[in-house]
Amino acid sequence: MSDAHVGTLEHTHDEEHVAHQFDNAQQQYESGNLGMWLFLLTEVMFFGGMFGAYAVYRTWYPDAFEIASRTTNIPLGAMNTLVLIVSSLTMALGVQSAQLGKRKRLAWMIALTMFFGLVFLGVKAAEYSEKWHHQHVPGLNWNWTEGEGGREVQILFCLYFAMTGMHAMHMVVGVGIMTWLLITALKGRYSPAYYNPVEISGLYWHFVDIVWIFLFPLLYLI
Amino acid sequence: MSALTEPRHYTSELNYLNNGWTLKSWLLTKDHKRIAMLYLISITVFFALGGLFAAAVRLELLTPPGDLMDAETYNKMFTMHGVIMIFFFLIPSVPATLGNFLVPMMVGAKDLAFPRVNLLSWYLYVLGGIFAIYAAVQGGVDTGWTFYTPYSSTYSNTAVIVTAMGAFVAGFSSILTGLNFIVTVHKMRAPGLTWGRLPLFVWAHYATSLIQLLGTPVVAITLVLMMLERGLRIGFFDPALGGDPVLFQHLFWFYSHPAVYIMILPGMGVISEIVTCFSRKHVFGYPFIAGSSLAIAILGFFVWGHHMFVAGQSTYASMVFSLITFFVAAPSAVKVFNWTATMYKGSVSYATPMLYAMGFIGLFTIGGVTGVMLATTALDLHLHDTYFVVAHFHYVMVGGMVMAFMGGLHFWWPKMTGRMYHEIWARISAGLVFIGFNLTFFPQFILGYMGMPRRYHAYPEEFVVLNVMSTAGSSVLGVGYLLPAIYFIYSLYRGEQAPPNPFRAKGLEWETPSPPPTENFLTTPVVTEDAYAYAEKEVKALV
Repeated sequence: MSDAHVGTLEHTHDEEHVAHQFDNAQQQYESGNLGMWLFLLTEVMFFGGMFGAYAVYRTWYPDAFEIASRTTNIPLGAMNTLVLIVSSLTMALGVQSAQLGKRKRLAWMIALTMFFGLVFLGVKAAEYSEKWHHQHVPGLNWNWTEGEGGREVQILFCLYFAMTGMHAMHMVVGVGIMTWLLITALKGRYSPAYYNPVEISGLYWHFVDIVWIFLFPLLYLI
Repeated sequence: MSALTEPRHYTSELNYLNNGWTLKSWLLTKDHKRIAMLYLISITVFFALGGLFAAAVRLELLTPPGDLMDAETYNKMFTMHGVIMIFFFLIPSVPATLGNFLVPMMVGAKDLAFPRVNLLSWYLYVLGGIFAIYAAVQGGVDTGWTFYTPYSSTYSNTAVIVTAMGAFVAGFSSILTGLNFIVTVHKMRAPGLTWGRLPLFVWAHYATSLIQLLGTPVVAITLVLMMLERGLRIGFFDPALGGDPVLFQHLFWFYSHPAVYIMILPGMGVISEIVTCFSRKHVFGYPFIAGSSLAIAILGFFVWGHHMFVAGQSTYASMVFSLITFFVAAPSAVKVFNWTATMYKGSVSYATPMLYAMGFIGLFTIGGVTGVMLATTALDLHLHDTYFVVAHFHYVMVGGMVMAFMGGLHFWWPKMTGRMYHEIWARISAGLVFIGFNLTFFPQFILGYMGMPRRYHAYPEEFVVLNVMSTAGSSVLGVGYLLPAIYFIYSLYRGEQAPPNPFRAKGLEWETPSPPPTENFLTTPVVTEDAYAYAEKEVKALV
């Protein structure tokens, strides 16, 4: 966005990143933040559709849902929860590093966040393959042998795969964003005067974590 | 907004249109005005395409037996008509073209907050459109534009997934446009442009954007779940898999009812601008028109159940939805009364945009009042799924939104292109549209009341006269839409040069050359008065 400069203003370091449609760095900063918050609002509604469906079916089939959630792998889920919480910490430390101008620490924090994101995805893949092995994948590989109510139990697994799958796709996007952040950070693009991309990417990362914080108890614990 | 921006020096010859002639300068542009033009061209293509499918429907209904096409083909025709007109014409119509062009100008900004996101939204729209056209080429889709399960997810043998994918992708283009508008209105207003001075066009787009942000993601995920069920047999809505088809309807209408306000609110914004300009008066009740846009946006989220009175919803739920639907009629009525009061004792002139605006007020009122009739549960049992419903939403969508779109296009055409269109031809075509529209759709109210169901390719003999009237009207309507395409294009080559403000209208967009320079204004504008300060005396009396 640095292809145009603002009028004949002095080129202080932060003004150099101001896109032509903005009057100054402050306006650009506020617009970027508001834009990301609004985007996260649409994400809440996007996941909200599935949470709504979950609420309906859970009310209808409480017993089947209890049986189904017993087959989920709680240790792996708990570990993933921990991994994501730690990744949120490293992300927050990354934003702080950018604000303080500690470029080396910023790059390390982004790399760590990315690493934890990949660990999460790896564990998720292991869980999926376990489900496949037990024939608990509706539509593709489904064979319920653990008692009554297979039809209703199947609905929970449908929701499980749709919700965690959609979440995992958001994680993949997040890892992609982190890659881009890492490259630009190593080029020395961020400074205390210009760190908006780090901050709004952080907002996205935290949001994806929070979705998981809701998914874990709903799908594994209760 | 506080920075001292040096005035940029343009010669009056350099504007956004002649600033680069290559194809690349258009396809990779980040200028909101050029993106608006790209949208204008693409939605016109889809409008023509949707119109062709409508023509096929009306031709089949010219005679009582199903003689022109078989039932399956007819199902595909009305489905493709609905899908294309709603997702690829009505939803982007005003916001993506006039809104894209005017919202930054009306708030005195150089561009939208996120120009690249704006361009991305156009590419998403085009990608969605390619999916829709591919589906049509594949043999079409026959589920109706609502994609109701389990028919869509299990039984239909047509290109459901491709079409739904098109609607899904186009939905994200709509979300991004809304997001851009909200940030721009919040953060990029010119000095002195307080919320109370914003043009009502901007208020209407702000309310629309809220619906786009909050509603569209829900229909997106709903379509994803439907596609998963159809593609992988992962059941959510199929009773055989433990699901509930009515849940699909709930999720679908949670967006798709607010979506009808996406399709009318921006039109209402256009009408507010036109009515004040051609009445030479300050708008009557500014805060009420602005507030009613927000009220429609909010209340619109709580009325979706009125689509499901006969879908097995509980009586009490139906009663509540019916009541809230009555409430949502109130802010719409506020607007109609305020426009009328604005015209009262104004010096009204009947230029083409005003003809469309007056057509809008009358036709939208009929569409709205019949909507209230349908919201009563007792009447709806009789009228549900009849031509009465078809006539009702065409009065709102075509009589309302398309009228407003045409009115706005005539109003701002000189600004957008720098050329004047031929006024006499424009008035003739406005008249043809009005006559053709009423001849097409008024008989459908009667047909529906008499019990003719929608979505059948054949009908009993006694309905023939009214159906012939309707088909005849649709050909008049077609001519009425074809004429502007001709004289608009003609005006680009031979039209008179447009002055900056041909209609002596108020608003920042009129204070810059026609067509505007790339960064919209030669100097950053400063706003010192209310919107619609047409009668200076009246404004001074208020201050």
